[in-house]
Amino acid sequence: MTELFSKISLYFSYPFVRYAMIAGVLIALCSSLLGVTLVLRRFSFIGDGLSHVAFGAVAVATVTGITNQMLIVLPITVVSAVLLLRTGGRAKVRGDAAMAMLSVGAMAAGYLIMNVFSASANVSGDVCSTLFGSSLILTLSGSDVTLCIILSAVVTAVFLLFYNKIFAVTFDEDFARSAGVRAGAYNTLTAVITAVVIVLAMKLVGSLLISALVVFPALSAMCLFKSFKPVIIFSAALSVICAAAGIIISVIISTPVGATVAVTDMAAFGICRLISAVKGR
Amino acid sequence: MSLLEVENLALGYEGRTVAEGISFKVESGDYLCVVGENGSGKSTLIKTLLGLNSPISGSIKRGNGLGKRGIGYLPQQTVHQRDFPASVKEIVMSGFAGAVGFRPFFSAAQKSAAFDNMQKLGIENIAGRCYRELSGGQQQRVLLARALCAADKMLLLDEPVSGLDPNAAEEMYSVIERLNKDGMTIIMISHDIAAALRYATHILSLGEEIFFGTAGQYREKMLEAAER
Repeated sequence: MTELFSKISLYFSYPFVRYAMIAGVLIALCSSLLGVTLVLRRFSFIGDGLSHVAFGAVAVATVTGITNQMLIVLPITVVSAVLLLRTGGRAKVRGDAAMAMLSVGAMAAGYLIMNVFSASANVSGDVCSTLFGSSLILTLSGSDVTLCIILSAVVTAVFLLFYNKIFAVTFDEDFARSAGVRAGAYNTLTAVITAVVIVLAMKLVGSLLISALVVFPALSAMCLFKSFKPVIIFSAALSVICAAAGIIISVIISTPVGATVAVTDMAAFGICRLISAVKGR
Repeated sequence: MSLLEVENLALGYEGRTVAEGISFKVESGDYLCVVGENGSGKSTLIKTLLGLNSPISGSIKRGNGLGKRGIGYLPQQTVHQRDFPASVKEIVMSGFAGAVGFRPFFSAAQKSAAFDNMQKLGIENIAGRCYRELSGGQQQRVLLARALCAADKMLLLDEPVSGLDPNAAEEMYSVIERLNKDGMTIIMISHDIAAALRYATHILSLGEEIFFGTAGQYREKMLEAAER
């Protein structure tokens, strides 16, 4: 046991492990806050769809050789998110179909661009690390972490300040509008925040596993709690714990970070499901 | 001036007209029932009155201090509300979501007003319960309490008894009647013409031929039509 702790403390003496921990926990917090509203509004797959869009954008950024990829990736993802979430039920192409089209289209185009134009010798390595986040989180710089801290502070602040309106719009958009809540503005706000969190989360778990961060904590909390506030609080706490545990485990037994965090979230969901089944008897 | 004055209104969405030539007036304390076949534009009318839909042509005038937020809306339940984790109190309080403006939290006055509204509808003892575990009648009362939080003069009810068993429907009607007697103006969409004639002061019938008048006039017209 002491051996284990000394191993952990040895790893945490490296700044990149500490950075990974801070960023991972903050991203987990933000994605779980958003996850509850996204799952309840039947947008569970938006994380997946948007991350594929971001993947396409990363490909474009890689090929153009721009130094700060965020300058390309973030705007493209934000615009896609706004288009997807705003149209809601009224669009010509239904929400799920639009999402499928956009995500698979961006994925295919991105891979094609990377393959045809990339100067890198290891294209499949690049693709794999974008998809699964493999070791990206361990390559964060101090400024990446600062960006993470600022953005998650903004997300949390928006969530706290507009909590009541977010609840009203999530539960019943038409009523909220009739009561004078500017639902359209809140939808756009949610879309922008979702896109930002997705782009951040890509570094942690990669584009294929992002949905795990969005849906599992929310679904776990919904198994156990029956009102909105406890669901939000529990899902945030659970997500943070799972991310921390996942990162520590992956460091100790040298597994890929993203997949380990995702599996930890899944395991936590299994436990919550079990508890609710036992309580239900 | 009347609380609501609608003149020669044409309704629709995405450029498609579903009803036109609608004119009616609602005075303070009225109980107006909107009847008509499916697809005659009843729900679109409600949404247009609430400003969720813009009218194709015609005018809607609000008077007597009926502001933009003075109308409480009881929508039909949506599918995703059936598994929504929310307590009764959280939902009732959300009636004030528009009124709080940019303040992040509800005021003490709003909290006590919400409690009063729950008492009016007899749901104060289930304030902590989970919405999705309630009966259909209880759920409608919760949504009605929420509408009361958003309203001070007028309620717009979109088929408040649909899906309820006869007892729960009867209770819902008497709750609405009591609110009307207490001074709340009611506009209600209904399929149930018998109940509409029993409770409403005025009837607006949409469809091929548009009728607006008192419940008595509507009854006479129905009798004439039956004799012919």
